[in-house]
Amino acid sequence: MPETTASLENAGEPWNEEALIRRIREGEHELFYELIRPYERRVYAAALAILRNEADAEDAAQEAVLKAFKHIRQFRAEARFSTWLIQIAVNEARMRRRKQQAVVMEPMVKEQDEDGHYTPRDFADWREIPSETLERAEVRQKLAEALNSLGQKYREVFILRDMQQLSIEDTAKALGISVPSVKTRLLRARLMLRDLLAPGLGGSWSKALSFAKGSKPW
Amino acid sequence: MVVRCEEVWREVSNFLDGELAPGMHATMEDHFRGCKQCTAVLEGARNVIRLYGDERMLEVPMGFSQRLHRRLEEGIPRRRGNAFGWMMALGFAALVLLSFEVGNSSQATTALDLRSDMARSGVHIPADLVVVAVSDGKIFHVPGCRFIHDKDKLQTMTAGEALREGYVPCVRCLKKYLSEGQRATQSEGQTAQLEQDPE
Repeated sequence: MPETTASLENAGEPWNEEALIRRIREGEHELFYELIRPYERRVYAAALAILRNEADAEDAAQEAVLKAFKHIRQFRAEARFSTWLIQIAVNEARMRRRKQQAVVMEPMVKEQDEDGHYTPRDFADWREIPSETLERAEVRQKLAEALNSLGQKYREVFILRDMQQLSIEDTAKALGISVPSVKTRLLRARLMLRDLLAPGLGGSWSKALSFAKGSKPW
Repeated sequence: MVVRCEEVWREVSNFLDGELAPGMHATMEDHFRGCKQCTAVLEGARNVIRLYGDERMLEVPMGFSQRLHRRLEEGIPRRRGNAFGWMMALGFAALVLLSFEVGNSSQATTALDLRSDMARSGVHIPADLVVVAVSDGKIFHVPGCRFIHDKDKLQTMTAGEALREGYVPCVRCLKKYLSEGQRATQSEGQTAQLEQDPE
């Protein structure tokens, strides 16, 4: 939105969120587009982490952004806008998920008790996989399947922290859980995914990801 | 300080995130140097973070951004521009001034609301012209106008009084004055335009 950018520069104000938020509150509603633009992807990711369905996630993300606009006056300057925005997206997605709870499939992977210890199943060396591997659609598909197999609470934390690079503290705030809980769930998510994906478990992607055969590593 | 493998597995995630105290971090580094199993766990977890952290692993649906902005445009009230606001204000002010100019020319008056939303300026109607109007109506006429309704309730007054009362001129019997008014308004507009544009 070049016109908006120009108007901000002309106003001689620093290009920062605080100034943007103040001007939006004063009535320059069109600036809200600029405010949320850097976080569109994160809002969508947060909704997808909970809803597991692209269409539902997109709808929830849109609704969350609208709610953020309507409640912009309630945003407190001491918080980070991005965290506040993602919190709204998480709440919106959770609300929708509760409504659809009856039809949501239970994850295939049984969730471990958070207090229990996690023991890796296999210690085979996993050589570094070059990022070019992700060019292959089937690899991305397998990674997505592994992620979808995680329990909800592990999946949420993993997506926000490791896929959207939120800090541990921001992840905790966004999900409304404690920092130690984030750390515990993150550990489980990472190790479960490692066990699912590490070559050597079954010798190929397909065998490694055949969860339903009763050979779960936990 | 020695650390057991089970403890390493419990802390491997914090190790990768740099969340450990320096002493514990160093102890685990020592452990990894001598333990292939724990190194395999560490490298595997690191690979997981690297792979899933790639942008390609979470692609927003095509057109997501456009659809989001469209939804926002529908949901966010847009403030009208300043120019538009000023034009509206000036237009309204001009309408009020013109409506009461006749009355103001002879004596000070108190502006009343026009009785009709369709009111047209009565600026060129002679203030002392005798007119008639129905008391609970909206329009004043030249006596004898065939468009007068409820002739039993007619009141006689001057055009100036009728305008001050908020009546509006009949566009048929008083057409002559309204047309003159329109022509005069157009003429004034052209003059103003010429003054602005010296060429």
